[in-house]
Parts: sequence; C-alpha cells; structure tokens
Amino acid sequence: MEYGGEALSWRHEAEVLEVELHREPLNEIGTTTLRELELLVTEVEVHPPRAMLLWSSRPGFCAGADLRELHASLVTRAARSGETLAAAASRLPPWAAAVVRRIGAGSTRRELAAFIDRIHATFDAIDAAPFPTIAAVHGVVFGGGLELALICDLVVADRTARFCFPELRLGLVPGFGGIPRLERDLGNGVIRDLLLSGRSIGAPRAHAVGLVSQVVPRGEAREAARRLARQVTRVPSGALATAKRFAKPIPRARLAEEKRLFVELVSRPETIEALDRFVKDEGVRPYLAAEGG
Amino acid sequence: MTDVLATLGRLATLRFGSRAAALGPHDDLFESLGIDSLQALDLLTDLEEEFGIEIPDYEVQGVQTLAGLAEVIGRRR
Repeated sequence: MEYGGEALSWRHEAEVLEVELHREPLNEIGTTTLRELELLVTEVEVHPPRAMLLWSSRPGFCAGADLRELHASLVTRAARSGETLAAAASRLPPWAAAVVRRIGAGSTRRELAAFIDRIHATFDAIDAAPFPTIAAVHGVVFGGGLELALICDLVVADRTARFCFPELRLGLVPGFGGIPRLERDLGNGVIRDLLLSGRSIGAPRAHAVGLVSQVVPRGEAREAARRLARQVTRVPSGALATAKRFAKPIPRARLAEEKRLFVELVSRPETIEALDRFVKDEGVRPYLAAEGG
Repeated sequence: MTDVLATLGRLATLRFGSRAAALGPHDDLFESLGIDSLQALDLLTDLEEEFGIEIPDYEVQGVQTLAGLAEVIGRRR
C-alpha cells in the first residue's frame, strides 16, 4: 500500500519499499514522525517487502530529535505540572509535600520514559526486520538522524553526508539507541571520538571507519541504494533473515541501559537549561558547534 | 598560503556564485554571503575533499574569513 503522511511517505517499487522522509525543515524526529514510523512498522508486518530503502527529499537526511517539540511537550509541561504540584505542596504538611514532589518528578520521568520506549520499540522493530534495510543519506545525519540511519543494515552516503552525535552539548547522551547500535560496527575509540567531541565527520571518514558501506557522488545515494536493494532482493529471503539475525543482533541490555541514562540526564536542571538555550537560539548556525559551547 | 587562499576563493565561488568571487581574504563569509549553517557544513566537506584532510568542526569555530580558513587548513596539512 502507498502512504503519504506529514513526515513520511512510502510506496512499493517492485519488491522494494521506498520510504521518503520529507518533514520540514530537516526531518526532525518528534511525535508526528514517531507515529508515522509506527505505522510503517505495522505496514511492513502486514505487507513485508523484500527490502526497504529509507531516503530523504529534504536538504539533508535528518537533523535528529525535534528538540523544540521535546522542550515544549515535555519540559514545559513538566514545569507547569511542577508549579501546580508546588502550589499544592505549599498547602500540605512537610511530609505530605515531599511525597507530592516525588510523585511529580516521577510522573515527568515516566512520560519521558514512555516517549523513549516508543522510539526504541519502533527503531528495534525496523532494526530487527527480517528483510534488508538500506539508508540512502546525504547532508546532515545528526543525532537521532544518525540513530535512524543506524537501524538500517546498510548505509549508502553521498559525498555531502556528515555524521555527528551532538547530544553531549545539551548534557544528554544519544537516546534513540545510537551508541549500542554503533557498538556493533565500530571500535570504541571511534565511538568515543564522536560522542565526546561532538564533531561531525564526512562521508569518506565514515566509510573508512565502517559506518557506511558505500560513498557515492553528490546526489547519487538514492539511485545507488536502489541498485543495492535490487541486488539484495536476489538473495533467498529465508537465508537472508537468518544471516541478518546472526550478524546484527539487537543489543537489548545496552539499549535498556541507554534509555535509563537518557531519562536520568534529560530530567536534570542543567539539561533543561541547555534545551531552553537551544530553543531560544535564533542564530543562523544551529548545525555548527557553538563557540565556547 | 596564497595557493590555499586562491583554492578557497575558487571553492567558495563554485558553491556560492559570483558574490564569492569578490571576497577579500578578511571579509566575513557569513555576512558577505549570507550563508547558513548547512551551507557552512557543505563548505567544510568541500575543503576536506579538496585538501584531503579532516577538519573537525571545533577547529573552525569562530572562523569567519577565507584567511582564517586558510590558517586552519595550514595547521591540518
């Protein structure tokens, strides 16, 4: 079946399901994208393709999590809820006020955890899909966008692609499974370099370290990925599913640990302050490391 | 340094058109060309490809001019 949504569209091209990311400005992943990715998971369960190709018609692949939405829907709501609770607590004896505050903090964390759980369930489902998946990437492949690419079995990058985990600048670890999935493919030194420096690397470097499987000229990633998809559909599907399960296990324990760390860090006041600064920043260089930041 | 500056001028002109051709080495790239962060990242990719080097983002933090970029490239070659 074909689908045309706000963030995603897909159609079956012969045996290959082509999924287009097209949310402005740069496919930031928020609740709309998540909901449509969940629909995609249902679609491939009902109509499993022989291969799936994920590509973007925007100027880059994906700039990561929709931090403005995260801020608005989670942090601001949590603050309002906190104010309400604080008002309620002020009318209670100290022991009861402490209980109310603990319940409030727990509620915020549960909401965050629920959002991250949905992301992980969706990403895990695509990661473990019994058919090959290919990401065709160009331009910005940052944060959650890199994590989205990493759920695919193969990444084809054009020469403009740049890969980055900028989360630590906000006081966060990547929260959509990036590090545990990357640990399957890359050495820990490379992962630390990406994670701790927050720097971006270009497609040739990403190819050299094993993050991407092919580098092609500017604008050619989708076509190269299509040819690759046609090639992988020639492999017997049962053997391919078995080989994929063997070669690409889902690192469940590490993913669970990452979720716990993310929720813990995102609830910290300094992270909320960093998100505040990001949301209020009207600067023209959001994809470059901030000076002194 | 002069060669690097000439190459930078050529790359900037290829990417940003004739406005870039008139740039002096100390003109502000962001103000003169009105480039945004995505275009700056593209330029970074061009530089890495052209000079066969890696340029971590933090090395170009605060660099606004072709002369500044030439200095960074000189450090990384």
